[in-house]
Amino acid sequence: MPPVLCAICHTERALIKRPKNHQKLCKACFIRIFEDEVHHTITSSELFFRGERVAIGASGGKDSTVLASVLKTLNERHGYGVDLILLSIDEGIKGYRDDSLETVKRNAKQYDMPLKIVGYDELYGWTMDQVVETIGKKGNCTYCGVFRRQALDRGAKMLGIKHVVTGHNADDVAETILMNLLRGDLPRLSRSTSIVTGSDASAVKRSKPLKYAYEKEIVLYAHHKKLDYFSTECIYSPEAFRGSARSLIKSLEKVRPSAILDVVRSGEDMARLVPGATSDSCGCKGKTPSSHASADEDNVGGCGSANGQATGGEMAAMDRQLRENEVAEAANLETEITTTKTTPAPTSTSTSNGHRPDKQRIKERSKPGTPGLPIIPKQKLGTCEKCGYMSSQKLCQACMLLEGLNKNRPEISI
Amino acid sequence: MASIDTTPRKAADDSDIPNISIQVEFSGGLEMLFSSQRRHSLSLPATEQGTPITIASLINHLCNHTMKDTRKELFILDDHLRPGILVLINDADWELEGEEAYELQNGDNILFVSTLHGG
Ligand SMILES: [Zn+2]
Ligand SMILES: [Zn+2]
Repeated sequence: MPPVLCAICHTERALIKRPKNHQKLCKACFIRIFEDEVHHTITSSELFFRGERVAIGASGGKDSTVLASVLKTLNERHGYGVDLILLSIDEGIKGYRDDSLETVKRNAKQYDMPLKIVGYDELYGWTMDQVVETIGKKGNCTYCGVFRRQALDRGAKMLGIKHVVTGHNADDVAETILMNLLRGDLPRLSRSTSIVTGSDASAVKRSKPLKYAYEKEIVLYAHHKKLDYFSTECIYSPEAFRGSARSLIKSLEKVRPSAILDVVRSGEDMARLVPGATSDSCGCKGKTPSSHASADEDNVGGCGSANGQATGGEMAAMDRQLRENEVAEAANLETEITTTKTTPAPTSTSTSNGHRPDKQRIKERSKPGTPGLPIIPKQKLGTCEKCGYMSSQKLCQACMLLEGLNKNRPEISI
Repeated sequence: MASIDTTPRKAADDSDIPNISIQVEFSGGLEMLFSSQRRHSLSLPATEQGTPITIASLINHLCNHTMKDTRKELFILDDHLRPGILVLINDADWELEGEEAYELQNGDNILFVSTLHGG
């Protein structure tokens, strides 16, 4: 077979076939167009402002490594003027993070970015190993998931940073949309399509600059740029349901590569139909403000999954309560809208320990129990009594789990 | 493609078939299924039942001989490479090279990359 030439430069040999449009590209043109598209996402959604400090949630894996590399390139090329730092979470699972944290440390040198590693022990007073010691292996993914969901926000807060970017890609978003569709959870589906999520409660905004990037292209970008990343599996098994959604997405991609972005777009369109919710499509089509969904970010899962798979009666009960919590939060936060163009949020409402007065938190709130939605929030949305994190219950999910843990803390541990 | 010689061969013919040498690499977490070894040098018969050996045969060979892990389904699903695993033939996406039908050449470098592991 004679080599195919690149569709852009017509001189170099094509090495990449783009899943979204079947375009055949050489290495250099692929790298450039990948970066240009992320730049387009960033500018059309107005993700950053000049002088903003942005923490990159860095795991050492492919997505966050590509994100760090691309953001460094674009920040320099287009003069965003943002201050990038790498933020890594150490769950405290002996041996599990060693290699990935080593990778992140190398990335920090390679990209000349400061690195902050925050441990679960610092954030919660418990390492995952200590959690497992106390509750056993059953259901620990639930803990890991809940803790991880808040960890980046809490870590950023410790550093006084108000914006965390994560490496979620189009496949991740499509997978989450499918899962929520299959669960019949439209409010959550709506939130999962947002490129920006955040909550006043945590005062930390989250965004996904790689939302429209195919996982395949992320891997190819990492390969052709020879990026240094680490691949791992959670040592605990991932949630079966998410695994199935993942397989489905990959099988669909195999027969119809555009399916992934099509699911993302369908999700965005469906989100617009959810009462009281707004969603964003690529910012260039229609300049609607992006929705800021709640901070309970369901696609930032523990151990690579959204929620741990609970087993056993006690864990199931715990899980149920967590879900009710989430549903209530979801229903309340759907219409919380702020403009994407973020000005530094006033910090005066935060007290030193992170508690914020309830009434100042939410700018706009939908009437709970919108007709047609079978969701009636049990309680008004508030903040966690203990830590000030957004919560519909007295205690946020993390503090609820911590309370149970602390009761069972073995006497010997200091 | 040249016409395929379908004449049945004697079983002893194996030794007469010249071998080709290829490099196989695993990354993105796949190396965990292959004794945590990234690079594997393989020597394979250049033809199989008279036809040049393809990537499809290589995948079978890897699954049956090179892979010690018992979780075959993480590499092969429904008799094909598991969706979500990328294949680069001398750095080019195998979709540009005919995918499973690609005929292996001496000195080829075949890279399997998983997109399925943690990011
Ligand atoms: Zn080119
Ligand atoms: Zn709390």
